[in-house]
Formats: sequence, structure tokens, C-alpha cells
Amino acid sequence: MGCKIYINGISNISPQTDSVFEDQAPLEYETNILPSLKQDYKSFIKPMMLRRMSSAVKMGIFCAKQALLEAEVTMPDAILVGTGQGCLQDTEKFLVNMLNTNEGLLSPTSFIQSTHNTVAGQIALDLKCQAYNMTFSQNAASFESALIDALLQIEEKEVKNILVGGVDEISPQFTGFQKLNAQIKDENLNNLDLFESNTPGTIVSETAAFFSLSSVKRATSYARLIDVQVLNILEPSDLTRRIERFLEKNEIAEVDLVILGKNGDNRYDRYYDEIQQGIFSDKCQLGYKNLVGDNNSVSSYALWLASKILKEKKIPEIFMLNALTCNKPEKILIYNQYLGRNHGLILLETCDF
Amino acid sequence: MSDLHTELKKSIIEQLNLEDMEVNEIENDEHLFGDGLGLDSIDALELIVLLEKDYGIKLTDPNQGKEIFSSINSMVDFIEKNRTI
Amino acid sequence: MKGVAITGMGIISAIGRNSEETHTGLKKAISGIGLPEILATNHKDLPVGEIKLSNAELSELLHLPEGHCYTRAALLGACAISDLLKNTGYGEFPEETGFISGTSVGGIDLTEEHFYDYIDDPGTRRFIPAQHPGFTTEKIAEYFKISGLVTTISTACSSSANAIALGARMIRSGRLKRVIVGGTDCLTKFTINGFNSLKILSQSECRPFDNHREGLNLGEAAAYILLEAEDCINDKPVLGRITGYGNANDAYHQTASSETGEGAYLAITKAIAKAGISSTEIDYINAHGTGTINNDQSESVALKRIFGEWLPEFSSTKAYTGHTLGAAGAVEAVFSLMALQNDEIYPNLNFETEMQETGLRPVEILQKKVLKTVLSNSFGFGGNCTALIFQRDGL
Repeated sequence: MGCKIYINGISNISPQTDSVFEDQAPLEYETNILPSLKQDYKSFIKPMMLRRMSSAVKMGIFCAKQALLEAEVTMPDAILVGTGQGCLQDTEKFLVNMLNTNEGLLSPTSFIQSTHNTVAGQIALDLKCQAYNMTFSQNAASFESALIDALLQIEEKEVKNILVGGVDEISPQFTGFQKLNAQIKDENLNNLDLFESNTPGTIVSETAAFFSLSSVKRATSYARLIDVQVLNILEPSDLTRRIERFLEKNEIAEVDLVILGKNGDNRYDRYYDEIQQGIFSDKCQLGYKNLVGDNNSVSSYALWLASKILKEKKIPEIFMLNALTCNKPEKILIYNQYLGRNHGLILLETCDF
Repeated sequence: MSDLHTELKKSIIEQLNLEDMEVNEIENDEHLFGDGLGLDSIDALELIVLLEKDYGIKLTDPNQGKEIFSSINSMVDFIEKNRTI
Repeated sequence: MKGVAITGMGIISAIGRNSEETHTGLKKAISGIGLPEILATNHKDLPVGEIKLSNAELSELLHLPEGHCYTRAALLGACAISDLLKNTGYGEFPEETGFISGTSVGGIDLTEEHFYDYIDDPGTRRFIPAQHPGFTTEKIAEYFKISGLVTTISTACSSSANAIALGARMIRSGRLKRVIVGGTDCLTKFTINGFNSLKILSQSECRPFDNHREGLNLGEAAAYILLEAEDCINDKPVLGRITGYGNANDAYHQTASSETGEGAYLAITKAIAKAGISSTEIDYINAHGTGTINNDQSESVALKRIFGEWLPEFSSTKAYTGHTLGAAGAVEAVFSLMALQNDEIYPNLNFETEMQETGLRPVEILQKKVLKTVLSNSFGFGGNCTALIFQRDGL
């Protein structure tokens, strides 16, 4: 591809504080649905706007503004959001109301806020940003799809600063349904034991992570995003070949570490096993879903983690999946899939070069 | 202040998620939209639903709302004249 | 600029089950709007653009096994792409064909039907993931054995227009050689009640751009086009080329459009610039024209700002199909291609009186005109505005 795209600002909200990166003890949960940690939303969002906002919108605006602030960008040239399940809370509110009143008199606010592009639209409204505005909603490949759009934008040389983020929220009934079809584990467990659980399903959460990307490198840049790919279906046996092709295409002979979307689901973790025991057996391997849970756009958290690692040149032990470490992390591959579908590859490198 | 004034303020606070607001913080003659309370067009739609649900008043022309919803006083006037429940 | 080649199209909507029927419907000015017969709603008096085929009938057309979990939007999508496939001459799509689909509510039809069954009836639990837009896209991808780049755009009523623009950019960048782009949305209780709560549904057939318009009619449809890189075209006929696309946000209100039509103005201006043409080269505009007071006013102002006194012929085709939400951009892309191929402008049905504010008059009866360049607009909730420019091949 050859285009240069830098990560200049990052922000995330998850069930963990950012201090897990500083080797502080992580928060532990005994439930399988993990809410995000509450933030001081009032400091970033006007109360009259805040009053209607669901978690996804609040988290989205909050992270968006923080990422832009760090990158010192006041007005991005594009806003791209990936959200697999969109505004679940308002969708649930409107749907339940409609069903319970048998299509009676319904209040419109939750319908208005139920569309998947509410987060991107509200960010635009808040920033008064009339630029390109896009929302991707492809289950676990939503955030990666948004990143591909960002790469295209920079290649097209039409924009300089892009705001891109992934966000997904939980809601009582819709998220609860995921227990009924084995997406969420039957048994409650401590999140730190996720990888040893050896049962179907995972733990789910709400998270957001936003990034201010730019064609211009700054002294404070975190990393350079090289390339992103999504593949809808593939067999575990085919994964190695696809990863090799992806790296080859980008002329990357080797990566230094991999961040894997392992989620403790014994039906699908074999995708990760395949490369952990194969192509990346001699590499440092990291996981994160035991800390922040799983959801359709949680790979944005992985990008946050990779950005931190590349900038601060350290790898917090809590994320390590194997005994191998890496003294000089320069090239990182992020791989994620959910239920064997929506495979996403994100490749980035240090911008020290 | 009549009971209707208070009742109306309570339901407006609830229906419009004005979380941090108390009944006595809304003046009877204060503009509900624009410079006053700062409500917007989405709130106007919620108020139409509120009129129908709580007082059995159906607004057929949304433009009617502009005058009716100008203040608590104007809403109370309108409700007293037109309520069916 | 040559633009990206369109080598196939397929559609199903209230005016036809395939491209041929649709073209006939457009020419004969036959509206597909009527009262709901298949949608299980209590709002039986609200006119809609419904496809008069039940899910069972659609499943049969597609030879799907019983007990499948396709959403209605996926069924419609698979029908439209089957139509496309037949018209391209491919037996099946070559490997590495990408798929970008737009949808606003995806599979919420199954969620609203089974919401209270999930707990007690394990047989319905296969529908749980159907709610999310990506599911519908994946089902369609599965049907046509597409396994590579598959993604979904959900920007309300501009979803499929954005899918088309993204596809064109993917081809231009060389990321893809071939991509199916478009969108699908079905009628649901969720949307009919939602739009009803916003008080923007018309009790009668919609009348876009009319002074006495009373709102929109919802519709359902799926439409897709095939985009191919130059070295894949071979001797296939090129139906038209996408030369321009523009996306902007109105940043004015979560659902309403600004009175100045700023977002629309910006999107159209960007599309014209991208196509490298002047606004005077546009021969016809397929407007968004939903029939709501707000949209048509705002869009008219935007059009006047761009074209001034030289506004080309324009029409909204929403009175044929209803507003098909996420599918609308793709439906109207197909209509634009039909217009280009046949040198026809399809009329804006139900129009009588010019809008007081702008006095614009759309095309009212089928018009023959040599067309080289067509502009198609799609605007949605969240301020999302998209404009596409299609041009005849070989310009």
C-alpha cells in the first residue's frame, strides 16, 4: 500500500482502567456481562445532550473528544465508527414498548437514537463536523471495516485527520439473549480465569476505543498503521496461509508480537491455537479479553493496547499468553474473529523508523 | 401553583429525562424552547405524546405545538380547555 | 475521468421482482404503494411499498431448506443478487469477489417476531443473532459463497449509497477486482411504528416535492450492482460508470435536515468535483424526495443553491417504491442506470402543486431525453448525506 498513516491520539473506555498497562492489578468480575467503567461524562458533554444518551453514545463522544484532544485536532476530516450491535439500549427500549403496547402510542426519542449511525451522527453534531461520516456494522469486523475506510481515505490523499473508533454497548435483554444461544458462558467465572475455562461461550462487555489518525507524523505519535484486512469465513487450517499472504503483501517478513482475540470459547479458540502453536510459536503472544471481555468492536481495544506498547516500548505482563517476551516491539499483528467468522487482521509498526 | 402545573412539570422532567432538574426550577412563564429551558424539536414530539397519553388530547397539526408548548402556563391553559381524561 | 465500471444490476421492490419487471413498472408509471398485506402490523391503514411475496414464497424462489434463519432482508437481498447474477452471465461469482451491503434495520423483523419466544422456545434461538445488520449481509454472502471481504454499512437511509461509493473506492485503490454493492431493507413493525411516532408517515400515497405533501410511505426492497476493475470487464457490456461520490454530514439535528440543506449541498458538491464535471453537465437528478415536509424543503434548497436557474430535470421515485430506507440509494442507483441505458426520465408520481418556498417542478410524465450524466441523492438520520454520479460508458 505504501501510504503513511499515523496514530496520533488514543482513548478507550472498558471494564478496566488504563492503569492495567502500568502493571496495576486488574479489576476482577464474577459475572459474565461486564459494564464499562463510568466516566465523568459531564466534563465533555453538555447536560441537555447527555440526558438522552445511551452508553454507546456517551462512550463514543467521550473517547472521540479525548483522542482528538491528544492529537491536537479540533476538527477531523472524516468520522468513522464501527459498531456491530449499534445502539442496543434504545433499540430495546423502543421495541419492548412497541410490543408491550401492541403498537400503541410510542415515544419517538428511543427510535431516533436506535439507528446504528447514532454515535457517528452525535459526534458530528457535537463537533459541528460536516465532513465524511460513516458507520460500519459487520459484527466482529465492524471496527476493522472502519479502519480500511481510513486507509483508503489517506491513500486517496483527500484528508489529513481521521477520527476512527469502535464502540459497542450492552443492554439488559438483548445482551441477555446471548446466554441462550451459547455466546455467553453458562457458568459464572472470574474474568481472569477466562482462558482456562474450556467451555463454550465467552464473557461480554461494553467498550469503546477511538483514535485520531493522520497522514502527518508527530513527535508524540504512537504508531504507524500499515494495513488491515477482513475475511468473512475461513477454516483454521487456512489461517496461516492467509496471514502469510497478508504480511507478504505488505512486505513484512516478521512481526515481533501478536495480539490475539482469544475469548475462552472452546469451540472457536482453535483458530488462535493454530497460529499460537504454528506460525507464531516463537513470538510473544498477548490476549486481552480476560480483562475487558468480548464484544463486536473490542478489537479497537487491541489497537489501543498495540499503540501503547509501540509508543512506550513495554509489554505489561498481565496481557501475556506465553512465556516469551519481546525486548524491542516494533511490528505488531492483531488478529480477531468471533464464532469462526469476521476475521480481522490489523498490522502496525513503530513510527521510530 | 395549581396541581396541574406541578403534575405537568413532574411528567415533563420524567418524560424528557431532565435528570438533574427539580419541579421548582421550572418557572410557569419560562420559555420551554430556545432561550428558556432549551428544549428541542425531539422534545416537542415527546410533549405531543405526553398530551395524548396523560390528557387524551390528540394534536393533529404538529405546528399547533409551537404556541401550546411555549410555557407551562400555556400548556396548562390548553390542557384545561381540551382534556378528555 | 473514466469512473468505475458497472457490469451488472439486480433488484426486487414493490414494483417488480426483477430488473425487467421493475423497468416496465417505471415506464408505465405503476406505483407499488398499497396497504400492508404481509407485514403483521396493526397499522393496516398506512400505505406501504410492500413486496407481495411472503417469506415462505421468497424461500421457495431461492430453494432454501426449511428451518433456515434468513431474515426477510436477506431473502430480498438474495433475490436481487440472483437477478444480478443472471444478467451478468456469471454462473457463480468468481473467488475474491467482495460484498458491501447497506441496511438500516437488518433483521429486526425476526427480533420483533420472536422476542418473547427466546426464553421458552429453544427452536427460535437461531434467530437471536439475526438482529444485527452484519447477519443479513453474511446470510447473503453465504448464499453466493462469498467468503472474503464482506462488510455492512449502516448509515440509516443513505446506507446503500455509501456501500456503492465505498465499493467504487475499493476498485479504484486496487484493493478489490470485483465487488457487489447495494443494500436491502424490509418492512418491519419497528420501522413503521418508529416513523409513525415521528409523525412523518403519510396517510395516503406520498407526494414528493408537492406543496401539500404529508409525509413518506415506507417501502421494502433490495438492489445491488456489480463493480469490476478494467482488467475484469473483458467483453461484458458496461451498464454505466460511477464517476462521482460525495459524503457529508449535515451536523444539524439527529433526524431532521437543516433548512439550508447544508449536508446535501456539500455531498452533491463533492460528488460533482470528484466526477470532474461541471454541474451543468448533469442531465437528470434522481432526488431523495421522501415526501416529508422537512426533507423535500431542505433538498430543494440544496438543489437551488447548486444549480440556480439551471436545474436539470429531476424526480423522486419514492412514490413508486416507498422509502426503502437502507436500500433506497441502491434502488435509485438501479433506476438511474435504467434511465441512462434507455434515455428515459421516470416521473415523480402524485405531484400537483409546486412548493411555496422553492417553486420547483419535477418531471411528471415519462420523458425521453438523451442522458449522459445522472445524479442520485440519498440522505439519512444522523445527518448522513450522500450523492452519487453515474455516467454513460464511453463518454
